[in-house]
Amino acid sequence: MAKIYVDNIEYEVPDGKNMLEACTSLGLDLPYFCWHPKMHSVGACRQCAVMSYRDENDTRGRITMACMLDANDGTRISINAQPAKDFRAGNIESLMINHPHDCAVCDEGGECHLQDMTVMSGHNYRRYRFQKRTHNNQDLGPFINHEMNRCIQCYRCVRFYNDYAGGGDFGVFASSGRVYFGRSEEGTLESEFSGNLVEVCPTGVFTDKTLHKHYTRKWDLTSAPSICQGCSVGCNILTSERYGKLRRVMTRFNGDVNGYFLCDRGRFGYEYVNDEQRLTRAAQKDQNSGTDAFSAMKDHLASNPKLIGIGSPRASLESNFLLKQLVGADNFYNGVSAIENEVVNEVLNVLVKGNVRTPSLAEIETYDTVFVLGEDVTNTSPMIALALRQAAKNLPKEKAFALKIQHWNDAAIREVVQDEKGPFYLATPYATKLEEIATSSVHGNTKSLVQLSSKVADLISKGGDHQEDNDFAYRVANALTLSKKPLIVSGCGMMSKEIIRCAANIAGALRNAGKEVGVVFSVPEVNSLGMALLGSAGSLDDAILQTEKESGMTSIVLETDLFFRTNSQKANSFFEHSGKTILIDSLENNSTPNADFILPAGTFAESSGTMINNEGRAQRFYQVFKPNNDIKSSWAWLDMLMHQAEKERNFDAIVEEMANSVNAFQPISGLAPHADFRIGTQKIPRASHRFSGRTSMNADVNVHEPKPPVDEDSPLSFTMEGYHGKAPSSDIPFFWSPGWNSVQSINKYQIEVGGPLHGGNPGIRLIEPSESGVSSFEVNDGSADNGKIEALPSWFIFGSGELTAKSQAIMKRIEPAIISVSSATLKNSGIEGNGKITINSGEQKLTLPYKVDENVPAGVVLIPYGLADTMGITFPIYGNISMD
Amino acid sequence: MDNSNQVISEDARKEIEALFHHLPHKQAACIDALKIVQKYNRWVSDEALVELAPILEMKTHEIDSVATFYNIIFRKPVGRHVIFLCNSVSCWVMGYEAIHKAVKDHLNIDFGMTTPDDRFTFLPIPCLGTCDHAPALLVDEDLYRDLKPEQISEILAKYE
Ligand code: SF4
Ligand code: SF4
Ligand code: FES
Ligand code: FES
Repeated sequence: MAKIYVDNIEYEVPDGKNMLEACTSLGLDLPYFCWHPKMHSVGACRQCAVMSYRDENDTRGRITMACMLDANDGTRISINAQPAKDFRAGNIESLMINHPHDCAVCDEGGECHLQDMTVMSGHNYRRYRFQKRTHNNQDLGPFINHEMNRCIQCYRCVRFYNDYAGGGDFGVFASSGRVYFGRSEEGTLESEFSGNLVEVCPTGVFTDKTLHKHYTRKWDLTSAPSICQGCSVGCNILTSERYGKLRRVMTRFNGDVNGYFLCDRGRFGYEYVNDEQRLTRAAQKDQNSGTDAFSAMKDHLASNPKLIGIGSPRASLESNFLLKQLVGADNFYNGVSAIENEVVNEVLNVLVKGNVRTPSLAEIETYDTVFVLGEDVTNTSPMIALALRQAAKNLPKEKAFALKIQHWNDAAIREVVQDEKGPFYLATPYATKLEEIATSSVHGNTKSLVQLSSKVADLISKGGDHQEDNDFAYRVANALTLSKKPLIVSGCGMMSKEIIRCAANIAGALRNAGKEVGVVFSVPEVNSLGMALLGSAGSLDDAILQTEKESGMTSIVLETDLFFRTNSQKANSFFEHSGKTILIDSLENNSTPNADFILPAGTFAESSGTMINNEGRAQRFYQVFKPNNDIKSSWAWLDMLMHQAEKERNFDAIVEEMANSVNAFQPISGLAPHADFRIGTQKIPRASHRFSGRTSMNADVNVHEPKPPVDEDSPLSFTMEGYHGKAPSSDIPFFWSPGWNSVQSINKYQIEVGGPLHGGNPGIRLIEPSESGVSSFEVNDGSADNGKIEALPSWFIFGSGELTAKSQAIMKRIEPAIISVSSATLKNSGIEGNGKITINSGEQKLTLPYKVDENVPAGVVLIPYGLADTMGITFPIYGNISMD
Repeated sequence: MDNSNQVISEDARKEIEALFHHLPHKQAACIDALKIVQKYNRWVSDEALVELAPILEMKTHEIDSVATFYNIIFRKPVGRHVIFLCNSVSCWVMGYEAIHKAVKDHLNIDFGMTTPDDRFTFLPIPCLGTCDHAPALLVDEDLYRDLKPEQISEILAKYE
């Protein structure tokens, strides 16, 4: 700890901080622009000026940038001294010289850090009377709007986009008054993390284009704490609604998970919630809708038919649990292919039985050596890729720290590090974007990657120094053995149980060698691991076999489009052999026409529940609004069906039942405050205290103000009434603090800036390794290739996700479905010229156009996962290819 | 390879590549490479940046950052001769405005413009480092100091 003095008051602060961080953590208001709690200091904007004094006898002091000043023992500054105040007022006045007077039409207005800091710095009258410099703006694609005139040259955008996120198509141009931030040519921003510019930029230069289509000011939004459902990482998000439409998604800070950032799939993939294809009415085929349809369903169930249930990795734990209760454990199936079920179960198996811990997303950033096996994380779990990009800087940064450069001194560190990265090794079936930062990489089919990684595990187990060798396996084994904190990253992307085991074995060998090793697995969907923990009688394939064996059962299909999960022949067979089918889902899809009854399910915007992410972390999400149609949380429908009730039980009752009946889920009852939680006597409002139009916003329907909806399932209210102070960390509906209207108000919710939220970061880890765990799992490397072509999935951040792919902005980024194959493979199969090729395994057959990609290993073809033309394929396929 | 559409000539490329021998990274040659391109082409076009990127192993936007930072790297076409008139403080005090007017009237162009016959481009520049002889201007590489407005037509006549 260090003793510092601010305006002659003594404070204790942790060592190694700069004065801006220290003051901000102490709750003192000091304006800033260029410093960012995750990207640290460069001293560029000059807004955080303070007076610094040598000692208590120094009465003159001098202007210093607080963000560039060590908070050492005895550091003495003044925020309030007049010269510092004058400097800050003058500085912001000059930053604002070219800034337009357009807050009223700026999407940042009302949540703008520049507005907040201008007010805080006391620049309240604009004296500049001359012509302002103006810029041309660029079309940066479907996600981000560009309005360069609002720029104050803080450089945060380039520092995030290039230095932090590794982007390569964005930069800064020109000098002095003409500095310009953008692309060298107009065009779509290529980084998977471009959306963070919206939050990183303290002004309205970069704003959310999808929000703009249905714009609402922050203070008019109703918001809720939620969990991104875009992939298995489970980033924490804030959802915002007005007039029954989901308006946008923003980052919800969670220091253990995604921190300050999100990927573009998560941020912009929400638009399907507002889609016209939404199912909004309870319906019976060709007959009733609404209450009558639901009564008919209940009547049908009251006749005690034999039931079969299809659960879903994109439905909440509560919904899956109740379905399992309703149909019985023996009749509850996981609605994914046999292979996916097996691979995800294997991930759970190695995490539970193994002796290696899986780190949180935030912890991934702390490892010093990385080996990625088989997984294209940039496309399957984008935020893991962002974390790995930070991990790759750890060892090179040591050089800067050895020079006594402070941890927060970003520009100086980068000067030392330059482009150095790693050690960072990749062994994947195709070239992935992380190769930009890789020390070395290889590509191979499943069999060769299994062999390679088995060899790595073997070399590590044998211990000792391996002779310097050009062999990839030796190099990886050496780097991992030399590392203090190695990380093994893998996942279900290759749909191979062996790959999962190989990753676990490398990690296990390192654990045995005494390393502080971590192992990370990406799993296919938001609640895949939750489904594995819940357990099922089998996969969708098993369920289909079961219906074929015993036709006429009533099937209840929960948030599953069978045509996305398996080929249409099997899906059709399921529906043919089922008796009545009750389908609970949110969007119309190929399965809906086959249902006898439909129940409209809430998406993450209209429902609440719990999801288990790839780390085994249980996280709660809350609905943001109550729709004025039949839509309900799936668990609510299931509860009513199960109990033949008019109304579902309270959410807490269901969580309690689940926690009591599934051992692994016991901690979940303490995941978040229960519905009867009050602060004083008050609920936590989803709407801000400035929410406008309350009495008139529905006047087109009825001039009488309707009774606001009541949330019986959570401590949150749907209106502005309630306690406007800080909510418990799991239940923060939006970030706001007096004088801090922008996302920077997160500072006020943290124990120290950049650190955990007050009350601890939300979420509970359900899986921890045991010391006595297994370090080696049996690997069978004779994968079934025997001379056949192996078709593996290639993954796309935009397109491979079932629901996000139905969002308008995302749709603009989806590539056409094309098979990738190397010329050697084509030649071996006697294929020449342009056209389409067919891959045929006997059981599965698919014809698509192809392109030559020499990075694809010989004997492998890549098929994009989950696109409209490729959905329902089960990977891997072993077969042959021929010209169509 | 068909090089006919290239804007960086083979000679220019060779001259750039010759710089690499003295440098630890190819990127370190960036400024000089831009000067070489400008020497051959008079200015640095978007196409030239795209061609330069793989030569220097840099991204296009990185080279453009450097190119646009310096005001004597031209990112728009310029005339055969470039006039830089100092408009910084000493020259301002010593009569820059009259010189500015003289050039303007003589060529009928203002800052940032090129004469229709492509002969002159007229640009401002901050401090030519010759404040003791202000006001000053530069034509191509020739410095003119202690200027009087009436000298302008004579000076410019030297440049064809
Ligand atoms: S665009 Fe935004 S983030 Fe980038 S320098 Fe300007 S104000 Fe800062
Ligand atoms: S990484 Fe996954 S969970 Fe996180 S924002 Fe992206 S899609 Fe959502
Ligand atoms: S925040 Fe300190 S100089 Fe910008
Ligand atoms: S101000 Fe013109 S030369 Fe210095």
